[in-house]
Amino acid sequence: MADTNANAPNKTGFKLDVQALGPILALVALIVIGALLNPDFLASKNITNVLSRSSFIGIIAVGMTFVITAGGLDLSVGSMTAFIAGIMIMVMNALLPGLGAGWFVILIGMGTGLLVGALAGAANGFLITRMSIEAFIVTLGSMVIFRSLVTWLADGGTISLNFSIGSLYEPVYYGGLFGIRWPIIVFAVVAIIGEIAMRHTTYGRHCSAIGSNEQVARFSAVHVQRVRMTTYVVLGILVGLASVLYVPRLGSASNSTGTLWELETIAAVIIGGTLLSGGFGRVWGTVVGVLILGLIDNILNLTDLVSPYLNGAIQGLIIILAVVLQRARKTSR
Amino acid sequence: MSPANVMPQTGSSQAQKPAAPKLALRNVQRSFGPIQILYDISIELHPGEVHALIGENGAGKSTAMKIMSGYLAASDGVIELDGKPVTFERSREAEAMGVTLIHQEFNLAQALSVEQNIFLGHELKKGWLLDHASMRAQTRDLLEGLETPLDPRIKTSDISVPEKQMVEIAKALSRKARVLIMDEPTAALTTRETAVLFKQIERLKAEGTAILYTSHKLDEVARIADRVTVMRDGRIVRTAERGEMNEDQMAEAMVGRELSDMFPRKHHSDGADPVLEVKNFTIGTLVKDVSFTLRRGEILGFAGLVGSGRTELMEGLIGVRHSTGSVAINGAPIHIHSVEAAMNAGLVYLPEDRKEHGLILTQDMRRNLTLLALKKFSNILIDSKAEEVALDKAIEEFDIRAPSRDVLVGNMSGGNQQKVLLAKIMLADPQIVIIDEPTRGIDVGTKQQFYTFIHRLADEGHSVIVISSEMTEVIGLCDRVCVMRRGEIAGEVNGADVNEDTIVRLAMGLDKKGNGNG
Repeated sequence: MADTNANAPNKTGFKLDVQALGPILALVALIVIGALLNPDFLASKNITNVLSRSSFIGIIAVGMTFVITAGGLDLSVGSMTAFIAGIMIMVMNALLPGLGAGWFVILIGMGTGLLVGALAGAANGFLITRMSIEAFIVTLGSMVIFRSLVTWLADGGTISLNFSIGSLYEPVYYGGLFGIRWPIIVFAVVAIIGEIAMRHTTYGRHCSAIGSNEQVARFSAVHVQRVRMTTYVVLGILVGLASVLYVPRLGSASNSTGTLWELETIAAVIIGGTLLSGGFGRVWGTVVGVLILGLIDNILNLTDLVSPYLNGAIQGLIIILAVVLQRARKTSR
Repeated sequence: MSPANVMPQTGSSQAQKPAAPKLALRNVQRSFGPIQILYDISIELHPGEVHALIGENGAGKSTAMKIMSGYLAASDGVIELDGKPVTFERSREAEAMGVTLIHQEFNLAQALSVEQNIFLGHELKKGWLLDHASMRAQTRDLLEGLETPLDPRIKTSDISVPEKQMVEIAKALSRKARVLIMDEPTAALTTRETAVLFKQIERLKAEGTAILYTSHKLDEVARIADRVTVMRDGRIVRTAERGEMNEDQMAEAMVGRELSDMFPRKHHSDGADPVLEVKNFTIGTLVKDVSFTLRRGEILGFAGLVGSGRTELMEGLIGVRHSTGSVAINGAPIHIHSVEAAMNAGLVYLPEDRKEHGLILTQDMRRNLTLLALKKFSNILIDSKAEEVALDKAIEEFDIRAPSRDVLVGNMSGGNQQKVLLAKIMLADPQIVIIDEPTRGIDVGTKQQFYTFIHRLADEGHSVIVISSEMTEVIGLCDRVCVMRRGEIAGEVNGADVNEDTIVRLAMGLDKKGNGNG
C-alpha cells in the first residue's frame, strides 16, 4: 500500500457504510413482512401501540448505548424499573391521604422516580468506578437486589396505585400531542439528544475514547472515572424516566415488572451496531434495534405463523447474528 | 560470500569452528511496504559460539532476529539450518527445529503460574493427564540453574521484571534449543543476575548451543561474544572475531556518522528564565527526591537505564501518578493532580508507549488529534469544521503521510503515528513539552525529521524535555542532560560533558558526578 500525502482531496461526500445499513434493511424487511401478513399491521392504532410499548426499552437503551460505548454494562435496568415503579407508587399512595388526589402528588411521584433512578445508577457507578469491581458483577448483583427489594415491598404480590391517582395519571401514557402518545414523544426527544451527544459533544467523544482505550483516554486529559460514573447515573435517570411513563400504563408494580428488559435493552444496542466491547456507539442504531425487537414481537402476535411464545428464541437468534456481523466487520478491515 | 568467512581466524579456535554454521542468513532482504528494513544480511551462528549482534535502535537487529526465529519471513535471501535452506512458516516450526527466540518484551501469560508458562504448549503428560509433578520438578531445576529460587506455582503477574526475564530464559532452556536468540536479555537485569545469566551462557556454549546475543551494553558484548556483527541502517557494516574490536570501535561502527549530520546544531539557553522548577519530587519508591530546573527554549535530556524512573517521574509531573514534592511553573507553585490540570498549566506529555497510552488505534486521525485539546473545539457541540482545519494544519506542519484522511491510526506506520501524537499534544498549545522516547520504532529518515521538529519547538520558545534510551539521541539533541539511576538523579551534565562515557558511567552508577545538582 503506497502512502499518499494525506492532504490529497478531502472527501466530504457521504460514504455508504454497508454494515450500518444492515439494521435499517432488517427493519424495512420487517415492516414489509408485517404489512403483507396482516393488513392491520400498518394501521395507526397498531403502530401507536408498538411504538409506545417499545418506548420504555428505547429510552433505557439510549442510556445503555453510552454505558456500553464507554466499555461498561448494566444488567440491573429491568429490575431497577420494577423497584422504581414500586417506590413511586408507594410514595404517591402514602401522600394521597394528606395531599389529596392531585397533580402535585403525581409530580412528587415522578420526581421520586427520577431521583431513585439517579441514586441507583450512582450506586452502580460508584461500585464500578471507585471500587473497581467488574460492571458485570456489580450490576448482576444489583439486578438481583432490586428484584428482591420490589418483591419484598410488594410482599410477594402487587403494589397498586390508588385508583383516584391512577385515573389522573393515566394520560401520561395514553394521552399525547397531535395524536402522538407521550412515551413516543419522550423516546424521540431522548433519542435525538442522545444521538447529538454521542456524535457531536465532548462527552460522546470521551465515552468512545474510554471504551477504546482507557489508558489513552487518561493520558488525553479525559476524566475517565467521572465520565464512566455519569454514564451509569444518566442511565439510572433514564430508567427513572421510563418508569414515570410506565406506571400510568398498568398502575401497578410487581415482581414480574420489567422482566428481561435488561436483555432486550442490551440486544437493541448491539443490534444497532454499538460494539459490546466498547469504543464505538451509535444511538440511531439503537433506536432501529429497539424498533426491530418491538416489531418482531408485534408481528408474532398479529399472525399465527410462529407461536408468540417463540419471541424470545427469535430475539436471541437476532442478537447472536448481530454480533457475528460485527465480528465480520472487524476482521474485514 | 559472507563477511565472516573472510575474517582471519583468531582468538580461541575450537574444533567445530570451521564446521558448517548451525544457522545462517544468506543475503537476506526484508521490506515493509515500500520501506526496506534489511539489506543483504548474512550472519552465521556456529555451535558453541556466542555471536553478538549490535547496532542502534532501528538498525534492523530485531527484524533480523525475527527472521532467524520464524516470526517474520524474509523478502528475499536464504535461511540455512545445518547447511540446508529452510523456511519457517511460523515461529513454532522454528522452535520445533531447535531455534528459540527469547523476547525482549515478555511473552508470558500473566494469569498463569511460572510452571505453566514454562511448559506452555509443551506440557508434559502422563497418559492424557498433565504430569504436574515432573513439570514442577523440572521448573525447579531450571530456575535453580538460573539461581532464581521461585516457587513454580507462583502467578507470573506477581513476580518482578528481572524474575520474568529469568523465567523467559528458563522457558527457552526447557525447549532444549540448539540455537538460542537473545534479544537484550540483560536490559532488565541487575549486575548479579547478569552474572548468573552469563554463567548459563557459558554452560550452553560448552554444550554446543549456538547463541545470538544482542545488547546495548557494549562492555557485556566485549566480555562474552566470540564474534561481533555490527548493523547500521539495515546493513551489516562489520563482523569481527573476539578481540578485534574494542568498545570504542564498536560504538563508532554502530553510529557510523558524525552526530552533527543527524542532528540540527545545538543552541544554548543558559541565561533564560526557569520555566519549570521541580524540587524533592518523590513517587513512592520509584522516584526519590528528584530536583531539576527547565529553562525557556531549552532541550533538557533525561537519560538512564530502562526502569530508572524517568517515565514515572514525568507521569508524576502530569498528574497521572501520586507524588510529593514541589513544582513551580514560571515561578508560581502549582499542584498538578490530573492531565487536564497539567495541560491547563501549559505542560503536556508524549507517552513512551504510543499504542497503549498515546493513540486510539481504532479511530481516525481527526478524533485522535483533537482528543487532548477537545475543549478548544467544543462549545456545547464539537465544531468538526475546526477539527478538519486543525488536521490540515497538522498534516502540513508535521508532514503526516497516510493513505487517506480517514484511515484508522492503527493502520499507519509508526513514524506517522508518532507525528499524529506529537501534533495532538502540540494542539494543547503547551509551554512545556515532555517527549518520552521520541523516535522509538521509527525509521532513520523520520527520526531526523523528529529532531528537526524538536528543535523547532525549542526555537519557538517551548521548553522541551526529551527522555531517550538512545544515547546518540540524548547527546545529539540536548543542551543539558539529567541522568537517572534507580529513581534518583545520579548527576546532571552539560557542555562538553554531554558524552556517552560520562552519561553511561552515571547511569550505571560508576561515578557520581554532577555540576548543578548539588
